[in-house]
Order: sequence, then C-alpha cells, then structure tokens
Amino acid sequence: MNRYPLWKYATVVIALVIGLLYTLPNFFGESPAVQVSSAKATLKVDTQTLARVESTLQAAAVGNDGLFLDPVGVKVRFHDTDTQLKAKDLLEKEFNPDPENAQYVVALNLLSSSPQWLTGMGALPMYLGLDLRGGVHFLLQVDMKGAQTKRLDSLGADLRTLMRDKNIRHAGIAREGERVVLRFRDAETRERARKVLADTQPDLQLADQGQGEDLKLVGNLRPEAIKRLQDYALKQNMTTLHNRINELGVAEPVIQQQGADRIVVQLPGVQDTAKAKDILGRTATLEIRMVDDTPGALEAAQAGEVPFGSELYVERGGNPLLVKKQVVLTGERLTDAQPGFDNQTQEPAVHLTLDSAGARIFKEVTRENVGKRMAILLIEKGKGEVVTAPVIRDEIGGGRVQISGRMSTTEANDTALLLRAGSLAAPMEIIEERTIGPSLGADNIKKGFDSTLWGFAAIAVFMIAYYTLFGFVSVVALSVNLLFLVALLSMLQATLTLPGIAAIALTLGMAIDANVLINERIREELRNGMTPAAAISAGYERAFATILDSNVTTLIAGIALLIFGSGPVRGFAVVHCLGILTSMFSAVVVSRALVNLIYGGRRKINSLAIGQVAWQAAAPGSAAAPAGAAAPGAPAAKGILAAKGARPTQLKANLGANKAK
Amino acid sequence: MEFFRIRKDIPFMRHALKFNIVSLVTFVAAVFFLFWNGLNLSVEFTGGTLVEVNYAQPADLEKVRGAMAKAGYGEVAVQNFGSSRDVLIRLPLQAEQATAKAGEAVMAALDAGAPGATLRRVEFVGPQVGKELAENGAMALLLVVIGIVIYLAFRFEWRFAVSAIIANLHDVIIILGCFACFGWEFSLSVLAAVLAVLGYSVNESVVVFDRVRETFRKARGLTTPQVLDHAITSTISRTIITHGSTQMMVLAMLIFGGETLHNFALALTIGICFGIYSSVLVASPLVMWLGVSREQFVKVKRQIEGANADGAVV
Repeated sequence: MNRYPLWKYATVVIALVIGLLYTLPNFFGESPAVQVSSAKATLKVDTQTLARVESTLQAAAVGNDGLFLDPVGVKVRFHDTDTQLKAKDLLEKEFNPDPENAQYVVALNLLSSSPQWLTGMGALPMYLGLDLRGGVHFLLQVDMKGAQTKRLDSLGADLRTLMRDKNIRHAGIAREGERVVLRFRDAETRERARKVLADTQPDLQLADQGQGEDLKLVGNLRPEAIKRLQDYALKQNMTTLHNRINELGVAEPVIQQQGADRIVVQLPGVQDTAKAKDILGRTATLEIRMVDDTPGALEAAQAGEVPFGSELYVERGGNPLLVKKQVVLTGERLTDAQPGFDNQTQEPAVHLTLDSAGARIFKEVTRENVGKRMAILLIEKGKGEVVTAPVIRDEIGGGRVQISGRMSTTEANDTALLLRAGSLAAPMEIIEERTIGPSLGADNIKKGFDSTLWGFAAIAVFMIAYYTLFGFVSVVALSVNLLFLVALLSMLQATLTLPGIAAIALTLGMAIDANVLINERIREELRNGMTPAAAISAGYERAFATILDSNVTTLIAGIALLIFGSGPVRGFAVVHCLGILTSMFSAVVVSRALVNLIYGGRRKINSLAIGQVAWQAAAPGSAAAPAGAAAPGAPAAKGILAAKGARPTQLKANLGANKAK
Repeated sequence: MEFFRIRKDIPFMRHALKFNIVSLVTFVAAVFFLFWNGLNLSVEFTGGTLVEVNYAQPADLEKVRGAMAKAGYGEVAVQNFGSSRDVLIRLPLQAEQATAKAGEAVMAALDAGAPGATLRRVEFVGPQVGKELAENGAMALLLVVIGIVIYLAFRFEWRFAVSAIIANLHDVIIILGCFACFGWEFSLSVLAAVLAVLGYSVNESVVVFDRVRETFRKARGLTTPQVLDHAITSTISRTIITHGSTQMMVLAMLIFGGETLHNFALALTIGICFGIYSSVLVASPLVMWLGVSREQFVKVKRQIEGANADGAVV
C-alpha cells in the first residue's frame, strides 16, 4: 500500500530537476559588466555598435570576458570591477565625445555569470529589489486635476474658435472649476450652440443654467472622456520619464504604473538623488518651424556662416538642415500623435492631432508653403533635435496631420513617441522616495540569509532528533520546498526584497507544520495498534485534510496581503503565497515519495524509525475519570506531561474501527 | 524522543471560564494601551522623512542632534539603529517644497555639525500615501476575516468559524496592544506579520476543530466538553512542536535579522505565543458555548417507514 505508481515518482523527479535548473543561476553570482544602449529613440544599437565597442576595447587593450547584443543594447562582461570602470570611461569617451549631448547611455551593470545554456532557457537569478541591491525609488503622483484643467482650457479655446466659425454670438466662454461655461443672451442662440456642440464635441456633457438675459450652457467632461484623458496622461508621462531616465545611465530602470494615477520609478544603483530628481522633473517642448531653403544658405551655414534668423541642425539621417528660428507652432497645440498607416498607400505614417487654434495656424502656414519643408523639433535643456522634417504637399486644414514617406513602422512608432514626449501631459509630484545605499543592500542580504540558514539548521536538528528517520524525510521535504520556492521566484522573476526573504524563512517555519502533523499522526496510529505500513498510509491520508484546511486559511491571509499590500508588504505576500503552494507539494507528495521508497519495497516492516511510540495514548473521554486517578506512588512515565488511568476496555471499544484495517 | 505522553485527556474545558477571564483581562489591557498610548506608527503611515546614516566610529548622538538643531530642524528624533554606529534621523512632514529635498538637506547639516557620516538610506513618504496605507491595511484585515469565516463555515460549521475568528482577532488586538504598550514602532512589515499570524493561528484552530469533528463522528456517548478535551489533548504534541519549530525560525530572524526585521519577528513571536493559547483555550470554549454538538457532524440517517428503533428493515 505504500507504493507510488511510476508516474508519481517521475513527477517528483521532473519537478526536482526543473527546480534545480532554475535555482542554479543563483549560485553563479554576477560579474561586472558595462552596457551601451541608445539614449535617443531615433538611434538604434545594432551589430555595428557591437563591432565598435569591440574595437574600442581592443585598441586600448582592455580585456573582456565576452560581449553580446540584446534588445537593450551591447553588454560587455569584465573580470573585475577595476577593468569595468576603466572600460566604462573608455566607452563613454568613444561613444559620447560631447558629454553635453549624449547619444548613448554607457552604464555599469551586473550580469549573471551562469553559463550560456542556462540563460538561454530563461533561467536567471532572482531579481533583487532595491533594498537588497541599493538604489533610488520614487513614487510619483500624476496631477490628474491639472491634466483635466489643461484639457478644459484648451477645450475653451476650441469652443471660442468654433463659435466664431459658426457665427454664433456668445457673451463669453470661460472655465469655472472643472467645467466650461458658455454665456448667451438669448435662448435661441443657446439652442444653436448646443446643436453645434453636440455634433462636434462628443466629450462634453451639456446642461442649461441661468435665466433671463444671463443664459448659460455648462459643459462637463463625460466620465469616459475623463478616463481616457487620465490614461493618456499617465502613458504620456511614463513615456517621457523613460526618455529622461535614459540619460541617467541606469542599466535596468523600472517604470511602472501603480493604481490609476501613480508611477513607480526605480533606479537600481543610482545614488545621486538630486540629479535623478532634476532630470525627472525637467520639461521638454516641441516646436514646429520652417526649413530655410534659400539657395546657397545651407552651404554657407556648413562653412560656418549661419544666416541671420536660422539655425543649423542635423537630421536623423545625418543630413544637415537649416531651420528658421521663428516658431510656427509649439507642442501645446499638439493634442495627440499616433503611429499608423497611410490610408491610400498603406505606408507607415504618424498621425498628429492639433487643437483648433493650432489647426487654424497650421492651415495658413501650409497654404502659403506648399512644396516647402517644415521641421518638427524637440527642445530639451535649450538644445533642439530634429524629429522629422516632412515636405508640405498640400494645404492641411481640420487639425489632422499625417506625416508619411520613407519611414519604417519602427520609425513611425519612435517619431510618434518623441512627439508625444514633447511635454508632460500633467504635472507630477514625488510622494514617496527611498534611497538605499549599496552597503545597506549587501547587509540586508546577509541578515536575511543568516536568519534563514540558522533557523533552518535549528529546525533540521530538532526534527531529526525528535522523529529520527521520519524527521530526516521531513527535513529533505523542507529543503525541497526551499528549492522549489527559489526556483519559482527565479522563474517568475518576482522581485525579492528583505521582507521577501523574511517570508521565505517564515514560510519554511510554517511549512514544517505539515510534516509534524503527518509524523504525529503516524505515531498515533501506531500507538492505536496499526501495522507500520498501514500507519504510514493512514497517517498521510488523515493528515492531508488538516493540512489542506490550514494551508487554505494561511493562503487567504496571503492573498489579502497581496491585494491590498504595497511596497514591502507586497514583496512579503508574493513569497508567502508561493511558499504555501510549494509546501503543499513538497510536504505531502515529496516526503511520501521518500517514505515509500524507504518502506514501500519491504515485504514486512517490523517498526518505523519515527521516535518512541510505545505507550498508551489518551482515549476520548478519559478525562472523565476522577482527577486523582494518578495514584501516588504509581511509576511516573517519562516526559513532561504524564497521567495514568485510561481504561483498556474502553479503548478497545472506541478504536475498534481503526483496527479493522 | 518524545515530549508528550498524556495518558488521560486534560480537562481543559473544566477551566474554560478561568481561561476566558484571563483572555478578557489581557484583551481589555491591550485595548486600553491602544487608546492610551496609541500605536507608534512608522514614517510609512504618518508621512515624513527618515534618514539613516552610518559613522565609522560610534556616533555621538548629542552632536548629531546639535547639528540638526543648528540647521533649523526642530522636531527631529535622533536615535541609534541596530548598532552604535548607525543613526536614524526622523523628520516630520514639513511644508510641501522642503520635504522632497530633506534627505540632501540633512546630509548637508550633518557635514557641517557632525562630519563623517555616510548615507545609508533615505525614505520620504508624502501625506497622501500614509492614509492610504492605513486604509489598505484595514481592508486587508477585513478581507482575511471574511475569507476565513466563509471558508471555515463551508468546511466545518459556522460555530467553528465564528469562534476561530474571535479567538484570533483577540490575538491581533493583543499584538497591537503590546506594540502600543511598549511603544515599539509599528511599520508596514509589522502589519504583514500581524496578518500572516492571523492566517497561521487560524491553522491552529483548524487542526483542533478537525480533531473535534473526527472525534464527534467516531466516538459516541461523549459530552461536548469531553470531545473538546480529547481533541485538544491529542493534538497538543503537534501544536507545541509546530509552534516551536516556527518560533525557532522567528528566533533566528530576531537574532540575525538586524533592526529591519526586529519588529517583524517580535510581532510574530507574540502572535505565535498567543496563537497557541487563544486557539486552544479561547476558541474551544467559545465553540462549546455556541452549542456545538454531535448531530451537526453525523449525518442523520433517513427514517424509513416502519423501521424499528435501529433503523433496520427487512
């Protein structure tokens, strides 16, 4: 009865192998590396960059442990941190000759030194949180009210233009708090305005107010429009943050949405909070200007004589471009930029949407400049960059602009992203900041590791002393639990924090419960007179229901923490929940497999190595006997608690059912 | 090795009232301290700035305080953190602009008045976050309570569910009471520990209840207190050993985990000690008083028409 079918053993073995494989990378540690990635969305890192990195290092005779290209950029491994720092300076000089205008991000990084075949199958070391590796954590709150006000302001401007175009006389349009109020002198005009607005402004919810001479039409943003606006504001802010953080030279920045209006920014390894904050809070603007195509002017500019009122820029392709200083439109007039396709030619394109004021100016400018080129520039830190410089083919009205031609889909995406990055959609505020020094991180790892190690050792010693062979099996099951937990954390790349390590320790401490339950139950069944083989079987089966119940209740608590927890609590909850799941498998299935291997093959088992069991246990209702039953002078049983007086006859009657087995 | 050889059920239920009075007294004391002292909430909940610095030599706290005072920080708490060389400086929330820059400002002040400090960590929490954390913590607690009650009611009986949750909430209040009484800092990780303990202690009740159910089904003719006594007695060995093992792990955290894990482990320790007590000696009497009986677990056999008293028919 204590035999597992082959497939069960196979499952355990396969689980163990997978567990081992995914735990393995954690033992190899990490080696210092330098990472070269692009600082601009317009610049791609490719095999050419790889070759350039290689030749640069070769020229300076800096040895490396291999370099490769991945979607992030070129990564080079080094033997020690000294070489790493030397190489970083070298590459920085080579790739960013002008530090004021950095084209590439050259950052220090740590790479897993596990062999290629492990990395190839996605086995990576656990992802350590900031409190373990040091760095900066920011929680930014996006001011949604600000975004809404901004939108209403621009909507107000739109409405003014609209009323003028439709020839509707109003007595003033203004934003009052979170709504736009249009005033009219008579009801008829208001009716006309309402009709126009209903057709052209689907985002507005209109209501009548006022009476007599002072009639009002009040427009509120519809809830779905607000939702869209907020999503958009958040996405745009995140994109902008991404672009800016690139400049900081952080190897693996984390930028994530948290809740409806918050953004988490984590910069591992960064210590200079002041610079980080400065960069995060900077604003960039977008400008549309005309290209100066006066014959000969460009050549003159290249020779050093830039004509008055123009500036020389370099296009994405590397061609020089002379752009007039006069600004046609700024980014404020741009409400959206999306990548897409040309309706007719199906070429990749970028679709821009301008607000009404912007559309009017754009219409005039394009009418007067058909056949000429205009340039869209991103201005940051007072320096401009040409995003794109399309030729105007036709007069463009209506505020919907499409830029297409000679563009790949990725380029269209990048351009749209850059255009949107032009300005933050809504102001942001830092509401939480955490800086953890690298020494503290290392300390935390050591503390967490030590606690787990010593706690585990203490439990192991006790279990083996108390339950002998079965205790040993329990300890093996517990180690397997630890193995699975680490493997699962590595596989899921869940962030491991100090509370997470505490959760590992605690989960192990709690997981032993299942084995204690099983072992106690087996002892009890033996005491009740079962044969050893039957006792194993009954012990595991009867204990399982209890184990399940107790794990479910613990899991409920874990899930509640997972749902409502943030920061450290979440890190704790993830590990805690995973640990409960792995412990179910290891404590029940793995330990049973081991016990079956040990005892299942024998024809006759005389006794189980589970510590002492030979004494008479309490029978149900035995306490009903007089309290003084333990007569003075009766031989005292060993153990802390001992009492005498259970009546054998009653025992037989009560436990007869068990013996039938 | 074997610690427990109990040959006779221990009559726990005979002393049920005494245990419950003890519980009630502890509980009232805990509630009293919660209201009297209040919880010493960490920066995570209250908002504010926390700066941890490290000195090469044992730090002179007076000098640090002086440096901070000179820089114009009034309400600053300066204390050692873990070792004499680590110093924790706590600043309350200030006017909006200043808070985000507080970390750098503190370092500048220290450089002037008490040089030699290296920055270990800065934590700044805005006022919006703290309130939300407290609310989320309360919601998590509520969810755990409801989830456990539903699960236990479904698996056992509502009487078990109600007594288990009352017993364990009493633990939670006592943990909080201890933190309030001794003024230990109540941080997010302590909150996590409290909720983890809640789930863990319910385990304890579940194990006892499981045995209660089993005994009810197996042994006839016993009174409810006898059944409860037997269930507790036959699981007590497992209870002590399991909790002992968990406590060994927590003890390791208490010893090796440093200051960051200290309060977390402390909350767990109190939770584990009271967990044993309450799930055995509070939950069981409650179940008894709520009127648990054999009929709730043994399926009543369908009455067949014309059957005799034993239900036998031919």
